[in-house]
Amino acid sequence: MNATLNPTARAEANARSSILARLRAPATPAPVPLPDVSAWFEAHQRHEDSAQRVSRLRAALEAVKTEVHDTTAADWPDLLLRLLAAKGLRNLLIGTDTAHGAELEARQPANLELKRYTESIDSWRDVLFDEVDASLTLAKSAIAEVGSLILWPTPQEPRLMSLVPSVHFVLLDAASIHADFYSAMTAEGWKDRLPTNALLICGPSKTADIQQTLAYGAHGPRELVVLLRHAQAFKPGADA
Amino acid sequence: MSQVIKIHPMEDFKERSRGVLNDPGQRKNFRGAMDFLQAKRRSQFPDQDELQGLRELGSQIRRYSLANLPRLLEQLEARLTANGVQVHWAQNPEEANAIALGIAARVKAKRVIKGKSMVSEEVGFNHAMEAAGIEALESDMGEYIVQLAGEAPSHIIMPAIHKTKQEIAKLFAEEIPGVAYTEDVDALIRIGRKVLRRKFADADIGLSGVNFCVAETGTLCLVENEGNGRMCTTVPKVHIAITGIEKVVEKLEHVPPLYSLLSRSATGQAVTTYFNLISGPRKPGEKDGPEEVHLILLDNGRTQAYADEELRETLKCIRCGACMNHCPVYARIGGHAYGTTYPGPIGAIISPHMLGLDATYPLAFASTLCGACVEVCPVKIPITDILVRLRNESQAKPESEDATLRGSGAGRTVASSAVWNVWAQVYGRTGLYKLASWFMSRGRALSPSDQGAWTRSRTPLVPAPKRLRDLLKERK
Repeated sequence: MNATLNPTARAEANARSSILARLRAPATPAPVPLPDVSAWFEAHQRHEDSAQRVSRLRAALEAVKTEVHDTTAADWPDLLLRLLAAKGLRNLLIGTDTAHGAELEARQPANLELKRYTESIDSWRDVLFDEVDASLTLAKSAIAEVGSLILWPTPQEPRLMSLVPSVHFVLLDAASIHADFYSAMTAEGWKDRLPTNALLICGPSKTADIQQTLAYGAHGPRELVVLLRHAQAFKPGADA
Repeated sequence: MSQVIKIHPMEDFKERSRGVLNDPGQRKNFRGAMDFLQAKRRSQFPDQDELQGLRELGSQIRRYSLANLPRLLEQLEARLTANGVQVHWAQNPEEANAIALGIAARVKAKRVIKGKSMVSEEVGFNHAMEAAGIEALESDMGEYIVQLAGEAPSHIIMPAIHKTKQEIAKLFAEEIPGVAYTEDVDALIRIGRKVLRRKFADADIGLSGVNFCVAETGTLCLVENEGNGRMCTTVPKVHIAITGIEKVVEKLEHVPPLYSLLSRSATGQAVTTYFNLISGPRKPGEKDGPEEVHLILLDNGRTQAYADEELRETLKCIRCGACMNHCPVYARIGGHAYGTTYPGPIGAIISPHMLGLDATYPLAFASTLCGACVEVCPVKIPITDILVRLRNESQAKPESEDATLRGSGAGRTVASSAVWNVWAQVYGRTGLYKLASWFMSRGRALSPSDQGAWTRSRTPLVPAPKRLRDLLKERK
């Protein structure tokens, strides 16, 4: 079979078989049992209600300079528009064919240009990098323990929406918060259905590469704003 | 009885170490950075029981993964291939670079934008690209800074840890057109962001490392804070990931414990800004993401470590850098002194497999064996045991069964083996030991004042006037 391959492919096939042979050469030591990850997480489970989960998520996110606003299914578009205006953002990138995008469009916001991710990035890369101020995406769920938002980008809401614009708004349903990363991936059955790209996001991009001084807004968003959508009426906070 | 152990290290390692030791500025930078990182890590592990339990779990996961490594690599390859990722195997840096250059030539790439990857440093990727006329630009802020300065990273997690903000301010003002001197860190980061933003959009290939490869799903996991890793793996049309063959785990559920250990041990964060799981190239209908994803699996001596049960533990490493952050030697001489891609305790035990023990054995001696690295290692690598093993290997008789590594016995000299033979004779026989120690204590005035490296910065060793056995006799 190797005779039909070009020299590089032949070298690679040879490298593969040599490496695997070297790994199989040593005498097999005593078998190592499969680690019981579930036992660890069960033993370290926190028995908390959904309100406690929400407050842990909020605390973890706020610790990394993320705004968290409580809202409801009816009120979130108005809250978003108020926040956009307050931040002086001129345009917002939304996905295509999403329920939340349609809700926002229905408001017919004045003084705001809604941009839609309708085309492949190859045709409008410069616009995305240079002209889009902010974006809105939906989080799939979140992790209370560490404050991570879980995003599974889709053709409707592609990967770069949560990365390139300077301000990233995330709509998160309060009911979708998991206790920890392990619970999230097992409850949602990740191992059988991972998308091209799955993301955990906690806070705006940051770096401490210059003299261990923390600076936000490295290469990704400078600001992360979470709209925490409660299904039922909740105790009104500052945003209500 | 005193022993003068003559060590023959790479003289340039000693030279570089002395250079840093005599540079108060650099010592202050490293000391400050180490104190900062140690405190940050400590704050993440308030519960000792949780820490020890999680370390044990992390260690078990890594040990299990290594015990099944050939099977997991084949499973990973099969899953990735099914997902549309092209998997390549490289035995050494030359093969790894040839694979990357082959891809670059096929897609006619002119520019590569790089996320942080220590394996790319290990293979000299930038140099290989530049030699072929392809620009390879680092986009991690720390890596960008050291590349701009024409240096190598001095730490695996914080590449520019040896530099002050004043030095970086000066560097930016001198090297980036139109930039005025500023020591404001936010302003400096904004400058880096602005310069590199265009580069992401214009690059033909994005290169990244990998933190964990998941065999059962065919997934590449990347851990980062800056977003440049996501840029490199999402914006260019081609994404090449390069990693060592040891980075694979079997199950997706093996990732959460390791990720928690990694971010908490490395930078003292509960979690990083981004955890990026890549399971394939852009699918039909998707509007962004690379059209091609490649994974280069590199051996470069790892199979040598794998062959030995004790040394195999080295490969459990998840590259958090906690061992160097807690090492009293690293804290004083910094990363560049080691002269290897991976500095600090992990560098001392992994580099011999990559570069040969002959080129690296002095690093195994640059340790007090205090065990701080072992205490903080999130996957419980017995680093000090391995350091002692490598010391022994460096003194082994070539061709003997004690010499198992490339370059074993390189530190052995006629003089040192003669000294050790005498030592073994004396310490192995009571009568001889009694006699020798009597002569040593009674002839202490004859102790040499020049005792080689020992007396360079210490007073000479002189045997006690009375032996322990003499003192005990007097008490009776």
